[in-house]
Amino acid sequence: MAEALDLSVYVKRQDDGTAHLDLAVEGIDCAACITEIEGGLSHLPGLLAARLNYTTHRLMLQWEGSLDPATFVQELDRLGYRAHPFRARALEEEEARRAQWLLKCLAVAGFASMNIMLLAVSVWSGNVSDISPETRDFFHWLAALISLPAVAYAGQPFFRSAIGALKNGRTNMDVPITIGILLALLMSVIETINHAEHTYFDSVVMLLFFLLCGRYLDQAMRRRTRAVAGNLASLRAEVAHRLDQHGEPTLVPTVALRRNDRVLVRPGERIPVDGIVIAGASEVDESLVTGETSLRSLQEGDTVYAGSFNHAGALTVHVTAAGQGTLLDEVERLLENASAAKSRYRQLADRVARAYAPIVHAAAALTALVWIATGSSVHDAVITAVAVLIITCPCALALAIPVVQVVASGTLFKANVLLNSGDALERLAHIDTIVFDKTGTLTLPEMRVANTAAIEPELLETAARLAMSSHHPLAAAVAREIRSAKPFPGVVEEPGRGVRAIVDNREIRLGSPSFCGAEDLAAIMAGENEQASVIAFSRGEERVVLLVRQALRPDALHTVRALQDLGLDCRILSGDRPAAVGPIAHALGIASWRGGAKPADKIGELKLLMANGKKVLMVGDGLNDAPALASADVSMSPITASDLTQAQADAVFLGDKLAPVLDAITISRRAHALMRQNLVLALVYNLIAVPLAFLGYVTPLVAALAMSGSSSLVTLNALRARGKKVDPMAKASTGPSRLTEIASQGA
Amino acid sequence: MNVLLFLVPMALLLGLSGLAAFLWSLRNGQYDDVQGAALRVLSDEDLKP
Repeated sequence: MAEALDLSVYVKRQDDGTAHLDLAVEGIDCAACITEIEGGLSHLPGLLAARLNYTTHRLMLQWEGSLDPATFVQELDRLGYRAHPFRARALEEEEARRAQWLLKCLAVAGFASMNIMLLAVSVWSGNVSDISPETRDFFHWLAALISLPAVAYAGQPFFRSAIGALKNGRTNMDVPITIGILLALLMSVIETINHAEHTYFDSVVMLLFFLLCGRYLDQAMRRRTRAVAGNLASLRAEVAHRLDQHGEPTLVPTVALRRNDRVLVRPGERIPVDGIVIAGASEVDESLVTGETSLRSLQEGDTVYAGSFNHAGALTVHVTAAGQGTLLDEVERLLENASAAKSRYRQLADRVARAYAPIVHAAAALTALVWIATGSSVHDAVITAVAVLIITCPCALALAIPVVQVVASGTLFKANVLLNSGDALERLAHIDTIVFDKTGTLTLPEMRVANTAAIEPELLETAARLAMSSHHPLAAAVAREIRSAKPFPGVVEEPGRGVRAIVDNREIRLGSPSFCGAEDLAAIMAGENEQASVIAFSRGEERVVLLVRQALRPDALHTVRALQDLGLDCRILSGDRPAAVGPIAHALGIASWRGGAKPADKIGELKLLMANGKKVLMVGDGLNDAPALASADVSMSPITASDLTQAQADAVFLGDKLAPVLDAITISRRAHALMRQNLVLALVYNLIAVPLAFLGYVTPLVAALAMSGSSSLVTLNALRARGKKVDPMAKASTGPSRLTEIASQGA
Repeated sequence: MNVLLFLVPMALLLGLSGLAAFLWSLRNGQYDDVQGAALRVLSDEDLKP
């Protein structure tokens, strides 16, 4: 890298004069990496601490003095690791704090339940032998002393959620939980004062412990997904050449750019910001923004969008604030409407809770009334009613869905799918229609050589090695044909024409057809394939013309067939020209497709489908897809999608393959079936337990056994969501998916 | 039953010290990198020959 990267925007200065930087490091896959990295950096002057977090693949650095942060990146590069500055997103920090809090609550509940169980077992065994009433009262008071502060602390996650729901005029699962816990505690205290035989302190605290386990697991799973997504985002974080007053470029991270900065964009680079061209002319590929694959030519005064790819000439761009472009304005306006519509979806658990809470409370009230009517004392009646509430307190019910979600999202993680929202599983399970975007979704995000089969492998390899020395986008596509090779030495680049080198005493050239003397061949090829760009290669007398175009994902055909076999209606809705969409739709066997759709058209089409009772999954990557993703029932996007688009997607998938879409649907269908099974199990448990409680047979011992039994049963059943091993083919993909494999090792 | 006066506070104290130890380890960041800790223990670099 000729220019040094200016990382100062990522450095946090602390009050004691030390500086702090977090880096996401690629390629950590063994224990030795830890000492290699930490030891390898230790010789840097002024470095106070370097600590690698192996779980999240992040390196924390702290130093004093005037050490340039870029030296760390260079030093790591020398050690063989690529590092990227990392800035934790606010959301991730919030989640980390919440996880710590849940863990503390869990610890308190665990401590309390162990100690109370010690006392409770003594009372149970004493009740059937010779415990004196004084000793029993003493034990009950002790249990109260432990459980009251413990519940007050460890119950907060549920109390807060329940109060939040009630304030908004809704009920959720935490409302009956909170009512059950509070009533049981109150009754136990009153019973203790009355020197009674039974109290429920142990049941309450154990219930809390089980529920917190479920909450914590759920949180941990989501946090792991977030950490990987955060690392991926920082690997993709882009850099830009900012021009100072004298027109000298410095390499800075895109986040450091401010409005009214000037940025130089060279050919073969992605435009990092929205802005206006103030010098230069070029052609840009805006497929990530609009889905349109043909190039748009740019002149001074034209507006450009972040994410466009600069093909031809160097541009100087004046940075404008985001959201000034007409396209972005429209996208954001559509997004607001669409997101509002989506929040109306009700989760299965909340729907069950809505029906469940009134029934349970009615059953408890009925119990009290019946007992009073049959001549019992008010005291006995209330105690039995509370026993009904405790036994129905939805321990199994509250675990039934989160545990399946945790297990299923772990399985999805291994299948290279990261879930953004917890209820996406339920929505994915229901879909019957899939709408694909074309560019970057069905096709690979970058261009590939289309006619590799017609070219001798040896010749193609030579061309690819030569192409590594060029920055031209077409050459970059050719270079992708080989994975590991060194570029030829002594390559000369002729701007605007191509590259050439002398290898084995023969001249090889790669570039425009005229540069390689292959105009005749190129004219024939171009006539046959209007969609593709051509690049020529010559070696002595041998000449070939390579067709470069957007290629389908390698398993697109197979996956679409499999999806259709599942009875799903697959459609294509693209912003690209119909002439470019038609052949792809035909190749994939998709009958209903539409091209040239603007963002509003996409939403219109989806609304029409949804109005006809279809449940729609939208898969797309472009900025122009973001509103459609938000308005569909559920949405997925590849990790190469623009940031705004990814933020709208319910799930993000990694790698070159389309198979994760299929995996996501099969896994979520299985998960949904298991959720329903679990709900039925919890319901059956209640059908057995409630009559027993109604008749007054439920002692604290029975309650403890029933609760732990049903919770274990539900959890074990949820483990089946792991299902069979995921297709090994899905793992063999390249690129970012390797990262998840590393991240998922031992996880 | 006088033994209870001795045993019960003992049990509570043991439980509380366990809880305190856990909360201390949590605050100390010992759960931040669970996988790394498992591997660091195998490293001999910190041993003086």
